[in-house]
Amino acid sequence: MSIWEYANPVRFMRTSAVLLPWVTGLAVLALGAGLVWGFFFTPDDFRQGSTVKIIYVHVPSATMAINIWAMMLITSLIWVVRRHHVSVLAAKAAAPVGATMTAIALITGAVWGQPMWGTWWEWDPRLTAFLILFLFYLGYMALWAAIENPDTAADLTSILCLVGSVFAVISRYAINFWNQGLHQGASLSLDKEENVADVFWQPLVISLAGFFFLFLALLLVRTRTEIRARRLMALKARERLA
Amino acid sequence: MGALLTRDLALAVKAGGGFGLSLAFFLIVVTLVPFGVGPETGRLAEIAPGILWVGALLACLLSLDRLFQLDWEDGSLDLLAVSPLPMEGVVATKALAHWITTGLPLTLAAPVLGLLLNLPGPGYLWLLVSLALGTPALSMIGAFGAALTVGLKRGGLLLSLLVLPLYVPTLIFGAEVVRRAIDGQAFATPLAMLAGLTLATLALLPFAAAAAIRINLR
Repeated sequence: MSIWEYANPVRFMRTSAVLLPWVTGLAVLALGAGLVWGFFFTPDDFRQGSTVKIIYVHVPSATMAINIWAMMLITSLIWVVRRHHVSVLAAKAAAPVGATMTAIALITGAVWGQPMWGTWWEWDPRLTAFLILFLFYLGYMALWAAIENPDTAADLTSILCLVGSVFAVISRYAINFWNQGLHQGASLSLDKEENVADVFWQPLVISLAGFFFLFLALLLVRTRTEIRARRLMALKARERLA
Repeated sequence: MGALLTRDLALAVKAGGGFGLSLAFFLIVVTLVPFGVGPETGRLAEIAPGILWVGALLACLLSLDRLFQLDWEDGSLDLLAVSPLPMEGVVATKALAHWITTGLPLTLAAPVLGLLLNLPGPGYLWLLVSLALGTPALSMIGAFGAALTVGLKRGGLLLSLLVLPLYVPTLIFGAEVVRRAIDGQAFATPLAMLAGLTLATLALLPFAAAAAIRINLR
């Protein structure tokens, strides 16, 4: 029994069909609990007032935006090395979700920044890096959409993802060099003594889990759709030959 | 490799392959900026390094979609693929030819255009140096983008969407060198970063671009 067995589309379809309702349920539960707790049952911050509550959407979506790209990098690498179709289809399926998460992070950040920093947009390293990450997502999806042959598209987008990841990291540090930041440091990190205060921290972790399960559910649904679309394409090709 | 280089250069110069076109585009961009932001020399001097770098970058982008497209259409790319020269060498040579026909003239023209934008004194030399160091990376990254989109009918617009985000680090360090030189600050760090970025790009991206072309030729 190894993880590679799930690279078999039939196996993947069967397992994901079982998992999907559970993952969806967990997503609804965690998102509901985290957001309701965060929005209605936590105190206002003494300086930020109620705007602090945007953290329950902003931080999870930003975290997911980065990690979804990392997931796409890994699955693209698996496709390049072992040529498992499910892997690259998962990367394809994840991209629009990642782009949406990036957009949510940017928009909620702007909505929060207006009253707090007095500006919708600032050329701060984190903000700028996210904007560029958004452009990378757009480019990746546009390349998928532009190429007809599915295997060529999978290969080329994988190469783009690998090269893009390197440049995304370089850009992040180049931007750090270019401008000093207005954005506060990490809200959640494992190696820090002090994070966000506990009252805010607990619902935040729950909504973080909610966003993760939401992504997982969307990913499963979208990958299943991609696999079905691919099967349909194969059937049509066979029909044409017959 | 030499033969391929001379062939590409001859094609670019004789067959109207956009040799002068990117230079003219650069000139036009620089001419348009004062119309957009107003003719005050102080303000122009302030934004001159950035405008010159962005202008050179966009001019570089202009001729990229022809890099492999014509060879792909008439089949010479297939011939190159079966030639003894490895595809990595083909890509590197083509990027070099692109640099000689666009990057180099842009670099040499930039100080002259700097006059139009009232670029302050110490900026000229370092504009020249930073562009000379940075434009090879632009050509190589562009060659990678062109390799990805070579099989597409209308790849030009997609090419810019793919390539421009990859230009970000080069642009940051390149423009930073000029800005710091003008302000009299130390600029050894961005200069070294720019050079390192170009060298890494030249060393690694030919492999990615060659892989993309092989996939497209499949």
